[in-house]
Amino acid sequence: MALTGRGLWITALIAPPLAFVALFIVYPIVAAFAYAFYDWQGLLRGEFVWFENFHTVLFVEPYASRTLNAFSHNIFVFFALMVLQNGLGFLLAYALWRELPGARFHRVAVFLPVVLSTIIVAYLWKLFLHPLFGVINQSLRGVGLADVAQPWLGQESTALWALVIAQAWHMVGFPTLVFLAGMQRIPTDIVDAVRMETQSEWVKITKIVWPLVAPSATVVFVLLFVGAFNWFELPYIMAGLDGSPYGSTDVLGLYFYRTAFGNVSAAHQDFGLGSALAVLMFLFIAAIAGFVTAKLRAREIQL
Amino acid sequence: MSLAATTTYYDRKGLMATLGRDGMLQVILVANSFIMLAPIIIMVFSAFKTNMEIFQSPFSLPDFSNVGNFVKIWTETNFLRYLANSFFVTGSSMVLILTLGTMAAYALARYQFRGNGFILMFFLAGLTLPLKLAIIPLFILMRDLGILNNQLSLIFVYTATGLPTTVFIMTGFIRTLPNELEDAARMDGASEARIMWSIMLPLVRPAMVIAAIQNVVPIWNDFFFPLVFIQNDNLKTLPQGLTTFMGEYATDYGALFSGLTLSAAPIILIYILLSRQFISGMTAGAVK
Repeated sequence: MALTGRGLWITALIAPPLAFVALFIVYPIVAAFAYAFYDWQGLLRGEFVWFENFHTVLFVEPYASRTLNAFSHNIFVFFALMVLQNGLGFLLAYALWRELPGARFHRVAVFLPVVLSTIIVAYLWKLFLHPLFGVINQSLRGVGLADVAQPWLGQESTALWALVIAQAWHMVGFPTLVFLAGMQRIPTDIVDAVRMETQSEWVKITKIVWPLVAPSATVVFVLLFVGAFNWFELPYIMAGLDGSPYGSTDVLGLYFYRTAFGNVSAAHQDFGLGSALAVLMFLFIAAIAGFVTAKLRAREIQL
Repeated sequence: MSLAATTTYYDRKGLMATLGRDGMLQVILVANSFIMLAPIIIMVFSAFKTNMEIFQSPFSLPDFSNVGNFVKIWTETNFLRYLANSFFVTGSSMVLILTLGTMAAYALARYQFRGNGFILMFFLAGLTLPLKLAIIPLFILMRDLGILNNQLSLIFVYTATGLPTTVFIMTGFIRTLPNELEDAARMDGASEARIMWSIMLPLVRPAMVIAAIQNVVPIWNDFFFPLVFIQNDNLKTLPQGLTTFMGEYATDYGALFSGLTLSAAPIILIYILLSRQFISGMTAGAVK
């Protein structure tokens, strides 16, 4: 095809943006797959080792139990946030949808933490959860619950919960407003017809609102899934790169970063094992997200 | 007062009976807004307090003239540097994203050519891929390009990650624009470049605002890429710089809270001014 004036013009428009996406998104992701099959000496690529890196992270100790430990925490985080973030978000959206007095204010308030940097949120909650000076324990002591006050981030039994709650506070506004937008698109004649039929709020929610916001639910669930399995910033700041205490907050994001780039205590870095972890995470996320999207899309109702 | 207000609502809608239920929903909303705002208010209050005051009366109103903590952050740390870096990196990325995104979207939306659909798919593929997982090849790529420890590495990655959403939003919008203006201009002998610049671009501003907001917040807040690419303290952006001075003032709680307050201030103020645009912009990808 000869490059006419028009062809040149279109090429000039398309080529630069395409180059950015190809070089900084597509190439790195393809390369990540290739890197996982090599042995790495620091920044130097060594021999082609087939599936050895995958075998190591999945079946060779101590990697295998670390992988499993981090993975199980991601699963816990996903389900906990499904309730605390998406479940609460749906409830809040339903409350906002009624347009009670002050709804506008509440809508702005619930979204405010979403615009903050995760780093700010993480430090803020780390300070609040400080065993001695933190407002959480101080409040508990103030209302006579001194026995309940404890080092939330310092003990294995509560640390991951503390991170999940901080994350839910940070992000609950997002599903809230996505659900709210979904509810506002339900035609008013449907809502009115339901009001005539039933007094029960429960029936209204389960039979009408929930099925009709299915497209919002699909998006919110998939984004939470991808987010929960990529979780990094908040645990990095609040619990540290090792997922302290004793790995009780270790998640795949931290583990992957630690394996690839090393940490303060052990400067050892291994790009081969890191890439293998990245590829496994990538395939897992893509497979589940794809499957869930297809399943959820099928139950969506076209209005 | 709230009882009277809810009653009016029911009179207006002609609905009765569920006053109790709406009352409960209202209680949930008020409680939730309290939980959302209280930590931010305590953060701002604590920024004006000394360690002793924070420990003894964490919830009391501070003496707002006591700005010692802010002076400390302002003068003893690299805060201003980090802030300027954040503005530079975010600003440059946004200019590139909007320029390149509009170019691609315009070509894809207004011209029919071979490979059109495929190229659009190529851009959209970038929408869902978690780029964090490709950080090792990106790190090596930046080293090979010689821009590790250089803000160009951040600007390039942010530009690439911003393009898919921008192309997605803008292509959809540009397709809805009518052909008549364009055809008339073409008949008058205007060049393609002139048609784009003088006729179409002024019309796509609303979509540009949505695309800009959707990208500006994650870029301004990003921590992961600077963590990997930038070592030099003078080049750090605000979220990354925050980790530096949070470490330096480890037990000076007033200074820590004022550091957080100063870092959060720009985005909170802009959000309060433009909350409607922020909400619609940031949920744009998720709301069809």
